[in-house]
Amino acid sequence: MGGITTDIKLIDEKGLRLDGRRPDELRPLKIEAGVLRRADGSAYVEWGENKVLAAVYGPRECHPRHRQNPARAIVQCNYNMASFSVSDRKRPGPDRRSQEISKIISEALEHVVFTHLFPRTSIDVYIEVLQANAGTRCAGLTAASVALADAGVPMKDLIASCAAGKVADTIILDLRKEEDNFGQADVPLGIVPRTGEIVLLQMDGDLTVEEFNTALTMATDACYRIYETQKDALRQKYCVSKDDIAGDIEEAAENIEESKKENELEQQDDVPDDQEGGQ
Amino acid sequence: MTENIESKDAPASEGERELVLPGDVLAEGKFKAGSGTYFENGKIYAAQLGIKSVRANFINVVPLAGQYIPKVGDQVIAIIIDMGPSNWLTEINSPYPAPLHITEVPWRVDFGDTARYLKVGDVILARILMVDEVKHVQVSMKDRSLRKLQGGLLMEIPHSKVPRVIGRNGSMIQMIKEFTGCRIIVGQNGRIWIDGTTDSVTVAVRAIKKIDEEAQCLGLTERLKEFLETEMKDKKV
Repeated sequence: MGGITTDIKLIDEKGLRLDGRRPDELRPLKIEAGVLRRADGSAYVEWGENKVLAAVYGPRECHPRHRQNPARAIVQCNYNMASFSVSDRKRPGPDRRSQEISKIISEALEHVVFTHLFPRTSIDVYIEVLQANAGTRCAGLTAASVALADAGVPMKDLIASCAAGKVADTIILDLRKEEDNFGQADVPLGIVPRTGEIVLLQMDGDLTVEEFNTALTMATDACYRIYETQKDALRQKYCVSKDDIAGDIEEAAENIEESKKENELEQQDDVPDDQEGGQ
Repeated sequence: MTENIESKDAPASEGERELVLPGDVLAEGKFKAGSGTYFENGKIYAAQLGIKSVRANFINVVPLAGQYIPKVGDQVIAIIIDMGPSNWLTEINSPYPAPLHITEVPWRVDFGDTARYLKVGDVILARILMVDEVKHVQVSMKDRSLRKLQGGLLMEIPHSKVPRVIGRNGSMIQMIKEFTGCRIIVGQNGRIWIDGTTDSVTVAVRAIKKIDEEAQCLGLTERLKEFLETEMKDKKV
């Protein structure tokens, strides 16, 4: 970073960026929850020109067995970029970068998931980047946490994530590809919005302490905006109004006992199966 | 739907239903944290996506999604996936496999003779006998109502929708049984066993799928009744 120069004017005289954004403006963000039928939970994020799909499976039996933790669940994340996600074909398969991103995202998620509730299991998160335009790890983490909530995994809070950086000596929010490539620094951030805890923080490039603090504040503010979009996406999928009968889900839960009796009655109607196999 | 679901100030009065997301504040003060919630710094938060419910000072979240986690006493429909000389291994639609020991079946099984009674692929009605702190599960068939399920059809729904299929006081499942004349057993793990004539089983399956799809909709009981009436009109059971 910082080494590559360009004749692109990243910030114009009016202080606007390549795509006309102000320095503290996000790219348009769209989140949809529950897009995959076969996954336990899923989410699709379109963030500027990024397109990211996240799927959650589990908690499920952990394989290989030696990776099981007898006390808690493990969160395994797999971040993958499609070969067609960037303009020059990306060589498919895991590389240094995607391994790193998988690791930091799974560690961020592990921090919010109540792993102690599911000993010996694994919660598998798959993040597929279909189209990339800088900031895919933030988009991936944002999508993954919505997918986790959609899968009904108990967790402290969602994670919202956003990047800030320095381009043409200005601190800007949510870098796009050109800004990332020819900028001076990039700081991806992931937070737990309810508590403000930081679960992901990296820095590529150099910033002074003041610049770093500005970037951090800017990214944190943006995370709260993203958090609202995430919650809206989930509410949209499970749109339940107040006077909805979903209420009697719970009353019915109370009557599980009844159902057991039901089944016993049912049993009495049956001609008892004579147990085969001989006595 | 866009209503503000955070009830930061006053805890919602009893009977009020609302969708909560992980991290939402549910209540503070005199309430106790129930299932699907957690307690931190004097406040109760939702841990899961679900419907908030207040019952006897306990705040609970009834989940709308999630895996089945076995609980002692649950009646489940299990599938035999492996056999040992003194036990069977069953699959109960949860992250944990559940062994069934030969002493927990209604028959006297000699050591090494398990294959004579239950084979891989057999479906049984079982009860969760034991779950320990690391979630080692054991199931039992030692009860009058528990048995091997022969014939019929097995279907699966998300376990969070089981209470809807059963309905209040078992009204929903009773209605399906009455209209279709099928024998239906609902396991807590989201598996449902249906037996009857081909036509009526088809209708019952479609009725249950309808409940699954429209679990959150208003007036489901009425619509299902209508559905069953029209479907069963020209079929004699």
